Amino acid sequence: MQNPYVPQMSVIEKLTDETGGDRAIKTFRTRFTDDQLAEGFDFIPGQCAMVTLLGQGECFFAISSSPTRKGHLEFSVMRLGKVTRAMHELELDAKLGVRGPYGNGFPVDEWKGKNILCIGGGIGQAPLRSLIDYVLDNRADFGQLDVIYGARSTRDMGFKEEMDEMDRRDDVNVHLSVDAEEEGWDHFVGFVPTHVAHLKPSPENTIAITCGPPIMIKFVIQELEKLGFTPDQIYTTLEMRMKCGIGKCGRCNIGNVYVCKDGPVFSWEVLKELKGEV
Amino acid sequence: MDATIKKDGLGPLFDKLGYDILAPVRNERVVSFKKVEDPADIAWDHSNAVTPPKKLLFPQTEVMYTFDPETITDKTPEPVPRLILGIRPCDARSYRILDPVFSSDFEDPYYLNRRKNTLLAGLACAEPGPNCFCTSLGAGPFDTEGLDLLVVDLGDDLFFRSVTEKGEAFLSDNQELFTQAAGKEARVEELKAAAEQAISRHVETADLPEKLKALFDDPVWDEMCQTCVGCYVCTYMCPTCHCFDIQDENMGDQGRRIRVWDSCANPEYTLHASGYNPRPGRKNRMRNRILHKYQYHPENHKGQILCVGCGRCIDLCPVNNDLVEELKILGGV
Repeated sequence: MQNPYVPQMSVIEKLTDETGGDRAIKTFRTRFTDDQLAEGFDFIPGQCAMVTLLGQGECFFAISSSPTRKGHLEFSVMRLGKVTRAMHELELDAKLGVRGPYGNGFPVDEWKGKNILCIGGGIGQAPLRSLIDYVLDNRADFGQLDVIYGARSTRDMGFKEEMDEMDRRDDVNVHLSVDAEEEGWDHFVGFVPTHVAHLKPSPENTIAITCGPPIMIKFVIQELEKLGFTPDQIYTTLEMRMKCGIGKCGRCNIGNVYVCKDGPVFSWEVLKELKGEV
Repeated sequence: MDATIKKDGLGPLFDKLGYDILAPVRNERVVSFKKVEDPADIAWDHSNAVTPPKKLLFPQTEVMYTFDPETITDKTPEPVPRLILGIRPCDARSYRILDPVFSSDFEDPYYLNRRKNTLLAGLACAEPGPNCFCTSLGAGPFDTEGLDLLVVDLGDDLFFRSVTEKGEAFLSDNQELFTQAAGKEARVEELKAAAEQAISRHVETADLPEKLKALFDDPVWDEMCQTCVGCYVCTYMCPTCHCFDIQDENMGDQGRRIRVWDSCANPEYTLHASGYNPRPGRKNRMRNRILHKYQYHPENHKGQILCVGCGRCIDLCPVNNDLVEELKILGGV
């Protein structure tokens, strides 16, 4: 019997500081020490993995790289709790254990031929990053791609180089925002839901995927519904405290649904009917 | 197959079996399951073990693996043969309820390897406790579901009845140590009828999973949670509660990853690293505990309620919260 709790070891190949400060975000690029696993590890955008730092513990993170980019996995991690604080101290070549992939992921096959609208806030951009790169790498399979991304301030804005790079392409529209006016900022100023209301994206043949702080998700969904998006066109991906990642340890339930294995991706159509503590 | 054996004749049986025998043992006033060498140590005259025997498959603390910077050493136990003698029918039923939890989607090797070659010889309840309500959950003090053998205490003799093929094989492999049970069956039936009569607490549970669906936002929870002190005893000592935490313990670069029982009554259980807690209050936590047992688990596991009616949560609650009464308030009749 395979032991699903034992991680496979990987080595940190690249570290990218996305943002600084107390709640800094860092992207960890790791490669499994087993080459066959490194090349063969497959997943769907939106799926997650349990990442272990031996001696510190284990956390459930969205895989923030796209499955189209083989050989490595990326995790964009905010420095927040015991494990993530210790992870932020790591240097290149340090080891991280990884087990997964877990969860359902985004139903990307069902979305072929549709316009994709990603609406992210802060660290909520991590799972969307996997989807965005997936769409870019399979560009002909999808319609228009729009990326709405907001942060509290320019200091809190991660993935800057990637956003600039995307902005230079003509097959993706990038819409950035910060919450408050800043010198030299010539993009939108205001909260992400306000930005959505301002941009007025069309619901026509479009899937909207939003991830960010719970309060942002709530108001983004309200704005999308005002614009005519139906609940089955709106998706989000949730977070919960988790220990096992495989539906056994109990804590990530919303009603009878376990976020780790039945989610973390939910359509608004499903989510709004769930009775439970989100 | 039925057979009897003298209590003081168990020694030769234990010697012949040669593997671990786990049975209820009294230590001071507390009865709990332990590895037994001498059959005289077994507590036959008790209502039920305080700590449920779920700990024999799912220990309160266990090492999952050990590690150093270079290697991880898996500590999954080997599936060795063993006999659990004297498990109550309600607790044996809890194993049947936990099996799908630990085997569906991903197989949990720690639980399943301990479960694999474990033979269950259950001890019928001749004198149910004051808070036992197993008959409200489709079981009973002489229930055989989940057992390989049912054992009935007849005083100097123990009556063994095989339930499964494994149980039958056990009796035939050791038949020279048993005697024929002829004439004892009537006494067993008498005891069974008396035990069922002695169950004094009842609540109709069959419709609860359906009824509870409408009660998530009901004000009933605001009042129900008022007396709870959040001590978790109802969940730790529940034979069907199976939530766990995973923690690392280390010294220098040597360490071990351990699994320990956890409880949905614990506020940290759902606390995010950000400080956000989806179940911040006792109301949220009590509601989750009861709905998990009587609504969510049945929805996910073919109608199976996550409770065996053992009454431990009622016996042990420091403020006398009473699950049977709570279920009645929530719509059980």
